[in-house]
Amino acid sequence: MLQRIYDWIDDRVDVTPLWRDVADHEVPEHVNPGHHFSAFVYCFGGLTFFTVVIQILSGMFLTMYYVPDIVNAHASVEYLQSDVAFGMIVRGMHHWGASVVIVMVFLHTLRVFFTGSYKKPREINWVVGVLLFFIILGLGFTGYLLPWDMKAYFATQVGLEIAETVPVVGDLLSNLLAGGEFIGAQTLTRFFAIHVFFLPGALLGLIAIHFIMIRRQGISGPL
Amino acid sequence: MHRGKGMRFVTDSRIKEREHRMENIPKDYSEYPGKTEAFFPNYLLKEWVVGAVFLIGFLCLTVAHPAPLEREADPMDSSYIPLPDWFFLFLYQLLKYQFAAGDYVVIGTVVLPGLAFGALMLAPWLDKGPERNLSKRPIATSMMILAVMSVVYLTWESADQHDWEADAEQAAMGEEDILEVEEDIEGYEIYQAQGCISCHGDNMEGNPGVRGPDLYELPYDAEGVAEISVDGIGEMPPDMFDGSEEELQILSEYVADGGGVNEELEYLDEDEVDADDASDLGEEDDEDDAEEEAQ
Repeated sequence: MLQRIYDWIDDRVDVTPLWRDVADHEVPEHVNPGHHFSAFVYCFGGLTFFTVVIQILSGMFLTMYYVPDIVNAHASVEYLQSDVAFGMIVRGMHHWGASVVIVMVFLHTLRVFFTGSYKKPREINWVVGVLLFFIILGLGFTGYLLPWDMKAYFATQVGLEIAETVPVVGDLLSNLLAGGEFIGAQTLTRFFAIHVFFLPGALLGLIAIHFIMIRRQGISGPL
Repeated sequence: MHRGKGMRFVTDSRIKEREHRMENIPKDYSEYPGKTEAFFPNYLLKEWVVGAVFLIGFLCLTVAHPAPLEREADPMDSSYIPLPDWFFLFLYQLLKYQFAAGDYVVIGTVVLPGLAFGALMLAPWLDKGPERNLSKRPIATSMMILAVMSVVYLTWESADQHDWEADAEQAAMGEEDILEVEEDIEGYEIYQAQGCISCHGDNMEGNPGVRGPDLYELPYDAEGVAEISVDGIGEMPPDMFDGSEEELQILSEYVADGGGVNEELEYLDEDEVDADDASDLGEEDDEDDAEEEAQ
């Protein structure tokens, strides 16, 4: 029965090649920790992706309760943290996940660097990876403001002051991020939009490119 | 190239296999000698097991350490010592050094990070040689080790220099209530003009950032308050008051009176202290003080 449903779909949209592209490849010995334990360094990329998935899922649940305006933001986080069932765990996952993603990206970057895997023909994928790193840092920065507590407010103020020191475009950049001269209602909604729509969109697009290129080019060979 | 069932689409844009491949494109995995393993399902299943263990560890962390939440943002509290998220600490610390602060702040905010991250992004073109082994490309390796060591050092220094005790104090979710003091009388004007506000708050609620205590329910009478505002006490330096005797008199009476909120508290105290005692642990201290004073 399942086979017939699959065939019916496959006859019309030819999904077999897509499926084979995703699943049908072999894992070479030198990256398989089952054969050489030291190959665990090749896991950091996958763990980064795994944590990113955790971030997306926990973030989706957080937006069910979070209210992005300066009057209710803090109270909604407090409510989520103290009253909602499993709210503490979901927020905890998102909070600590942010740190775990950074650590994993850092380790993954070091692995790729020290195995020289960014060399021809994988230059573009390295650049995409560095862009992904910047996007993840941006997600960390914008997400930090959202609980609207003291730490969030003043850390963002420091961040915007740093942006202001950029020659020529500094003030423009800071105004663009804050939505005005001061950190206030505009800043919070803006950071929320950036954190929830703009950056995750860019993140998913670049991750797709990152993965397609890995499948095209394969994992770099043994040293 | 026919894949799957070999269907042909009206506009088949799928890339055909090229005759001349780029020289350096690696061989297919299957061409490596050794024990290759199918990704699906063999390897994926093992990955799932590792992923599950990772997830359990991660969940334990979230249960053991709930995500912190400080009191609601108060933009007027200029005494708050800011602290960025830990992964920005190295940048934050960099700006504390003289060569990257003040007039040279552009070096700290744009030049050095720009060079470091620019070099990171352009690594494939800065390190073009064919060698991949890290011992055979000493410049790239040493630059990266240097960069990692600097980031670790700066982060460490930043955490080391931060006053974590003050941080915990200023972060606390305001347990005590802020009471509305009377503001339309002379006492408050002097309170404001003498700068008491900066440490004791504009409603006498205190300022944890500079360890200024609240001034409700002080154990001093007007004379005692006057003495303290001239001589100082504890961390409060002497000679904070700078005005006429008459002003001092008005101010100290006003402060000893808790800005007009104390009487009200005592009144509440008689009726409700028993009922409140059990329900609200946070206010217990205040009420105890009030009781002592009533006796």
